[in-house]
Amino acid sequence: MAKIIIDGTEVDVPPEFTLLQAAEAAGAEIPRFCFHERLSIAGNCRMCLVELKGSPKPVASCAWGVRDCRPGPNGEAPVVNTKSPMVRKAREGVMEFLLINHPLDCPICDQGGECDLQDQAMAYGVDSSRYHENKRAVEDKYIGPLVKTIMNRCIHCTRCIRFSAEVAGVPELGAIGRGEDMEITTYLEQAMSSELQGNVVDLCPVGALTSKPYAFAARPWELAKTETIDVMDALGSAIRIDTRGREVLRILPRVNDDVNEEWISDKTRHVVDGLRTQRLDQPYVRVNGRLIPATWPQAFDVIAGKVKAAKPERIGAVAGDLAAVEEMFALKDLMTRLGSKNLDSGQDGAAFNPQWGRATYLFNATIAGIERADALLIIGANPRREAAVLNARIRKRWRAGKFPVALIGEKVDLTYPYDYLGAGPDTLTELVAGKHSFAETLKKAEHPLIIVGAGALTRPDGAAVAALAAKAAIEMGAVKEGWNGYSVLHTAASRVGALEIGFVPGEGGLNAAAMEKPGALDVAFLLGADEIDVPTGAFVVYIGSHGDNGAHRADVILPGAAYPEKSGLYVNTEGRVQLGNRASFPPGDAREDWSILRALSDVLGMKLPYDSLPALRAALFKERPQLARIGQIVASGPADIRQLSAMKGDVDKAPFRSVIDDYYLTNPIARASAVMAECSALAEGRGAMTAAE
Amino acid sequence: MLDDKDRIFKNLYGQGDWGLEGARKRGAWDNTKAILDKGREVIVNEVKASGLRGRGGAGFPTGVKWSFMPKAVGDRPHYLVVNADESEPGTCKDREIMRNDPHLLVEGCLIAGRAMDCRSGYIYVRGEFIRERERLQAAVDQAYEAKLIGKDNIHGYDFDLYVHHGAGAYICGEEMALLESLEGKKGQPRLKPPFPANMGLYGCPTTVNNVESIAVVPDIMRRGATWFAGIGRPNNTGTKLFCISGHVERPCTVEEAMGIPVRELIDTHCGGVRGGWGNLLAIIPGGSSMPVIPAHQCDELKMDFDGCAALKSSLGTAAVIVMDKSTDIIRAFARIAYFYKHESCGQCTPCREGMGWMWRVLTRMADGRAQKREIDMLFDVTKQIEGHTICAFGDGAAWPVQGLIRHFRPEIERRIDEYTRNADRHAVRVAAE
Repeated sequence: MAKIIIDGTEVDVPPEFTLLQAAEAAGAEIPRFCFHERLSIAGNCRMCLVELKGSPKPVASCAWGVRDCRPGPNGEAPVVNTKSPMVRKAREGVMEFLLINHPLDCPICDQGGECDLQDQAMAYGVDSSRYHENKRAVEDKYIGPLVKTIMNRCIHCTRCIRFSAEVAGVPELGAIGRGEDMEITTYLEQAMSSELQGNVVDLCPVGALTSKPYAFAARPWELAKTETIDVMDALGSAIRIDTRGREVLRILPRVNDDVNEEWISDKTRHVVDGLRTQRLDQPYVRVNGRLIPATWPQAFDVIAGKVKAAKPERIGAVAGDLAAVEEMFALKDLMTRLGSKNLDSGQDGAAFNPQWGRATYLFNATIAGIERADALLIIGANPRREAAVLNARIRKRWRAGKFPVALIGEKVDLTYPYDYLGAGPDTLTELVAGKHSFAETLKKAEHPLIIVGAGALTRPDGAAVAALAAKAAIEMGAVKEGWNGYSVLHTAASRVGALEIGFVPGEGGLNAAAMEKPGALDVAFLLGADEIDVPTGAFVVYIGSHGDNGAHRADVILPGAAYPEKSGLYVNTEGRVQLGNRASFPPGDAREDWSILRALSDVLGMKLPYDSLPALRAALFKERPQLARIGQIVASGPADIRQLSAMKGDVDKAPFRSVIDDYYLTNPIARASAVMAECSALAEGRGAMTAAE
Repeated sequence: MLDDKDRIFKNLYGQGDWGLEGARKRGAWDNTKAILDKGREVIVNEVKASGLRGRGGAGFPTGVKWSFMPKAVGDRPHYLVVNADESEPGTCKDREIMRNDPHLLVEGCLIAGRAMDCRSGYIYVRGEFIRERERLQAAVDQAYEAKLIGKDNIHGYDFDLYVHHGAGAYICGEEMALLESLEGKKGQPRLKPPFPANMGLYGCPTTVNNVESIAVVPDIMRRGATWFAGIGRPNNTGTKLFCISGHVERPCTVEEAMGIPVRELIDTHCGGVRGGWGNLLAIIPGGSSMPVIPAHQCDELKMDFDGCAALKSSLGTAAVIVMDKSTDIIRAFARIAYFYKHESCGQCTPCREGMGWMWRVLTRMADGRAQKREIDMLFDVTKQIEGHTICAFGDGAAWPVQGLIRHFRPEIERRIDEYTRNADRHAVRVAAE
C-alpha cells in the first residue's frame, strides 16, 4: 500500500492504482471522457487533469500511477490537488476546446439528459463562447443498422475504437485523418459485424453514436426504468428495460461483474421492436382449419373437451427457450395431475438428465471463473454466436496473456486465435488418449477449462459425447478440489431452470424428439415452444406471446406474456438463479403464463393449489430450495462428472455443428423484430461475399 | 569562430567521399574497439563529463539519459532508436550528416549501443528523406560488409542496425509517436510515464536520441570529454550544427561553437542579414516551434541553451530563421500556425481543437479582421494548450504565438486599426457580393 495525500486527505491505496482511482478512494470526483474502467487507458481527453505537487504541469490522473509519483524531499507522501485553481483552469480550458467544435444541437440530440459532455459542461463550462469561427462539419458515416452516427458531435475520445478492438475483438472502427480532421469511421463505411456493437452507443460520452432503432423515440427522463434479466441467451445478462406507458422503448445493460460486466449483445439490446409486432393479444380457436378469435372460457372449453377425451400417456408438454421457471413448474404440476410423464424442454434434443447430477449440465467454472482459467478447450460450441458476452470474457482472458485455446468443432472466427484440433468426436477421443499436444497443455494447466457446447450434445449420440467430454475433463485434471472446469454452455434461457425443476421426461415418458413423431400424441401443450415440429394428428395448445411457428400450428392459442411483461425466475447456464422483473403489461387479453395454466387447471378439474405468484413460488421453493437463493449459484459436486465420464456409449463420426444458424433469429421475439431481420440479412450478405471471393 | 581542428563534421558540405574510405581518412572507425572495450560505465561517464546536451531540441543531457537505462539486461532486450525524423521547419542539420558523413552516425550508434547494452538499433528516417535514406542505408551496408557492425564483427560486440523509413509526419519526430510508428501503428504519442527507458519499443527499455547527439559521440570518445567541454560555455558545451535560413545573403548549415553570438554567426557564415544588420526584424532561434526574438534583443543573444532561455526563447534545434523588415510577421506566424494545425495528430483535445482556433484567429489578424480584445483571448488560448497535452507538440505550437504577441502586439493592433479605418470600403465590397 502507498500513502498519498489527495485534497488534504491522506489515503492508503495500492501502488498500482492510478491517481484517478486514488482520488475516487479519497472521495474526490474526477471528470473524464476517454477513461473507461473496462477499456485501455488513452489519456487523450485531458479532462481529468490534476495538480501533482512537484510537477510543473498538471498530469492526466487516469494515466498517472500512484507509484509514478515521487515522494517529497523527506519522504513525504505525494500531494495531489483535484480542486485547485490551476486544475479548475485547466479543465475549463479543455472543456472550452471540446465545445468549440461541438454543435449546439442538444435540443434534437438523443443523448440529451444522459450526456457526459452536457453534465460536465454544467460544472466546467463558461456561459458564453469566445470562438467566433465556423464550427467543424463532419459527414455522418454509415456503420450499420444499429448505430446511428452524428459525427459533428464526436469529441474523439476513442472509446468506441478501443471497445471494438479490445473487447469485441473485431477492429472495424478506427480514426482516419489527423488533427482536427480526424474522423471515426469503419474506413470504407461498411456495417460493423460485431455482435456487441450496440455497446459503443453506451460508451459514447456524447451523442455521436446513438441507437438507430431508438432514434428520436423518447427522452430519458420520461422513461420508467426496470431492472431485470435478459433471456436472449443462457447467460442471463443484467439489463434495464426502459418503458413509457406500456411500451418497451429500449434495453440497456446493467453492471453485473459475475455475468455480463457491463456489456450486452445486440440481440439483447435491439430485440425491442420484436416485442411490439406479431403479438398474440387474444385467444384463438381453430374452426374448420381457420383460427377464429375466441374468449378465454371458449378456448378453455375446447381444450377441456380434448384433454378429457385423451389418454394421459398421449398428452405431452414442451417448454420453449424463453419460459420462466414458474410457468414450467405450473405446467409440470398440471401434467403430473393429468397423469402424463411426457415433458421436455429440450426442443433441440440436447442430452441432459438431472439424474446424472447437476454438475453435468452447469457451466461449473462460472463465467467470472473464465478469468481464473489458464487453458481452454472448446468442444462443439461457437461462443461468439451462442453467448457473445461470454465470448468477450474469454477474449478478455486471452488478452491478459498465457491462455492457450483449442477448438473441436466448426472452424469459425472467435475473435481470438485458437488451435484447431478437429471437427468431431474422433478428435475428442484422440485427445482423451493423449494423442494431441494440446492434451499436455491442458494437463499442465492449473485451471483447465473445458466448454461443452450445444453442438456437441444436441445429437443422437449426445449422451456419449457428454461422457467423452467428461472423461477428457477428468483426464486433463479439470475436475479437482476447488476447480471444476467441465462447463456446459447452454443456448436457451429456460433450459437450466427446466432441468433444475425436473421438467424432463418422467419414467417411460416421451422426450421432445419422440413427441415429434407422427401419431405420438393426441394433445400437445407448447409453452412458447416454436423450434419444434409438432406432427399432424395432435391437438396443439400453444401458450405464448408471438405468432410464430407454434401459433401457426396451434389448434388453440392462449396469449401469454413476453419476458418484460412478467416477473419470473431464470436460471442461467452457470446455475445462477436470477429474478426478472415486470417492466410492462401483456397486450390485450394476454395474461401471465402461470396464471393461464392456473385458470386452465380449474376448467380441467384439477385446480393447481396456488392463487398468486408468491404462493406459486412458495410451492416451488419448498420443492427446490436452491431456487430461492436469488443471484447465487448452488454449486454441485465433481462426483457427478466422474460418474458421467464412466458412462458407456458409442459416438458417431459426424462433425459437431453449431446449433445456431442465424444468430439474429433464434427465438420468436427476435424473428418478429425488423431490426434483427435487417441485421440477419446483412450478416448473410457478408457470408455470401466471403464465399464469392 | 570554431577552429578547423575542432570540427567534428569534416565533410558537412559533401566535398569529400561520404563512404567508408573517406570516413576512415577523416578519422572515423579508428580503433573503435578500444572505445567499446572501455565498457559501459566509462563511456556513459565520458559523455556525461563532456556536458553534451541532446541536439534534438529539448537539450536534455545525453549521458544522463543513457544512465536511465537498466543497469543489466533482463528478460527484455535494450534498444537504441535514433530519431532521424528531422521535420522541424528551418532545420536541416541531420540530413547533412546522413548525406555527407553517415559513418559518424553509424559508428556513434555502435558506441551508444555499447553504452546501453543494446544489441540492435533503429534509425527512423523522415519520410521525405529519400536520398538521405539511401545514402545512410549504403553506409550501413558498407559497415556490415567491413564487419564493423553486425554479428561477429571485428569489434567483438554484436550489434545490428536497421534503417527504417517513415511515412512523412511531423509528429513522428516526437519520441513516443516515433516508437508507435516504428512498431507499425498510427504515429500518435504515448503517455508518459512509463518512460522509454523503462517501456519503450515493443515494451522494452529504449533510448531515443537525435542524429547529431549520436554522431558527435565517437569524437567525444576519441578526443576526450575535456576537449568537448572546453568548447562553448559551461552547461552549454561543444560544437553544434546551426542551420541559418531566411533573409540572409547565403543561407547555410555550419558547425560552430555553442554560445556564438547570433550576429557573429550570421555575419561570418551567411554574409549578413539581407540589407544589413539594421534591416533585421526578428529571428526564431531554434526552429518554428520556438518563440521569436525581436531584433533589438538579438544584439546580445548568445546561441546556446541558456542564452536563448534568458530571452524567453529556446535553442531548440538551432535552426535560425532570420526575418528582415520586409517580413509580414503576422502572416508568417499564421503560416506557422497552419503548419501545426496540419501536423497535429488529433489525439488529445487541447492540441486538436486549439491548433485550428489559433490558425483561424491569426489568419484574420494578418488581415486585420479582428478585435483587439482577441489578442488577449488568443494569448489565453495558447496558455490553455501549453502544458495540457500528451506530448510537447502543443507547447511547441503555442510558444511561437506567445512570442509573437509578446513582441509584436503593436503591429497586430496597428493592422487591426488600419483595417477598421478602411472598414467602409470593405463593407461595401462585401455587401455587393
